[in-house]
Amino acid sequence: MGLLALFRRTPSSANIARERLRIIVQQERSARGGPDYLPLLRRELLEVIRKYVNVDPTAVQVNVEREDGQEVLEFSVALPEKGRPPAG
Amino acid sequence: MTEIIVVTSGKGGVGKTTTSASIACGLARRGKRVAVIDFDIGLRNLDLIMGCERRVVYDFVNVIQGECTLRQALIKDKRLETLFVLAASQTRDKDALSPEGVRKVLDDLTADGFDYIICDSPAGIEKGAHLAMYFADRAVVVVNPEVSSVRDSDRILGLLASKTQRAEKGNGGVKEHLLLTRYSPRRVATGEMMSVADVKDILGLDVVGVVPESVDVLSASNAGVPVILNEESDVSRAYEDAVARLLGETVPLRFVDEPKKGFFSRIFGG
Repeated sequence: MGLLALFRRTPSSANIARERLRIIVQQERSARGGPDYLPLLRRELLEVIRKYVNVDPTAVQVNVEREDGQEVLEFSVALPEKGRPPAG
Repeated sequence: MTEIIVVTSGKGGVGKTTTSASIACGLARRGKRVAVIDFDIGLRNLDLIMGCERRVVYDFVNVIQGECTLRQALIKDKRLETLFVLAASQTRDKDALSPEGVRKVLDDLTADGFDYIICDSPAGIEKGAHLAMYFADRAVVVVNPEVSSVRDSDRILGLLASKTQRAEKGNGGVKEHLLLTRYSPRRVATGEMMSVADVKDILGLDVVGVVPESVDVLSASNAGVPVILNEESDVSRAYEDAVARLLGETVPLRFVDEPKKGFFSRIFGG
C-alpha cells in the first residue's frame, strides 16, 4: 500500500465481504432454531410493507425469543430516513 | 479423561484433513495418546495425508459392522508411538455409519485410555458430518477468510449448538474454536482479504490458530507427511501454536502481520 492508496475511493473488497457477511449471517442466525416458515413469513411481510413504505430489503427482522418456556415472535421494521431513498 | 474433538467446516477444501492430521500429530508429539478418525465414508483421504494408505486393512465401517476388532483396524503411526489412525471405508456409502456404531467405537477408544479422539468431518451437513460432531466435546471450525467458507461455518456453528449430544443434554454445549487457514497477511494488508479480526467478529469465536497460505501444505500432502512435522515451515509453527492453545496454553498469534517493508516500498507501494 503506497501513497496512491490514500486517494483510492472505492472500499476494499475485504470490507465489502465483511459487510455482506455481517448482514447475511445475522439474518440466518435470527431464523435459526425457529420455525421453518420464518424466512417465508419475513419475505411476505416485506412485500406487504413495501406496498406502503419503500423500505430496504434488510429492514425487516424477525426473531424468535425464548423466555421462561415462552416463545415470543418479534418483528422489527426499520423505516427509511425522510428524504433519503432506501438502498435496495 | 478422553476428549473428543471434531474438525469441521461445512465447506469442502478448506483444510479439515490437513488440520486433523496436524493436530493429531501435535498432540501425540506432546506424549498424548491420540486416535484420529476419518468420517468421510466413500471418500477416504486422511490415510493419504497421514501417509499410511498402504497399511489400511480394516476400516471404520468394518469395526462398526463387527467384521474386525477395533484393535485390528487402528493403524499405528510409524513416526509417533502414541498416534493411531482409523481409516474411512472407501467402498461403502455413508449409510453404513450408525449413531450406535459410532458411539460404541468412541466408547471403546475411551475405555482403552486414549487422551484425544480427533474426528475428521466430511464436508457438507449430511449424515457423516452430523455423526462426526454428534459426540464431540470440542469443535475446531476450519475457515478460509472468504465469504462462502465463513457463511458455511456459521451454519455448522448452528448445528453444533443444536444437533450434538452436549447440546441436547444441555451440559454446556460443545466448546467451539476458530482456526483460520490459507491466511495471507499480504493480501489482508492490501484490503483483498478479510482479517483475523473480521472473521472472528462475524462468527464470534475464539481463535485457536491462524495458518498462513503456503506451498508447504501441498508438498506435505504429496509426501504423506503431516505438515506439522515439517519443522522448517511456518505452517508447522502455526499448527504447533494451535495445539498449545487447545491444551490451554496462552500463545500470541504469529504469521498474521506482513513483514515490515523498507522506506521505498512504503512510498511507492508494491
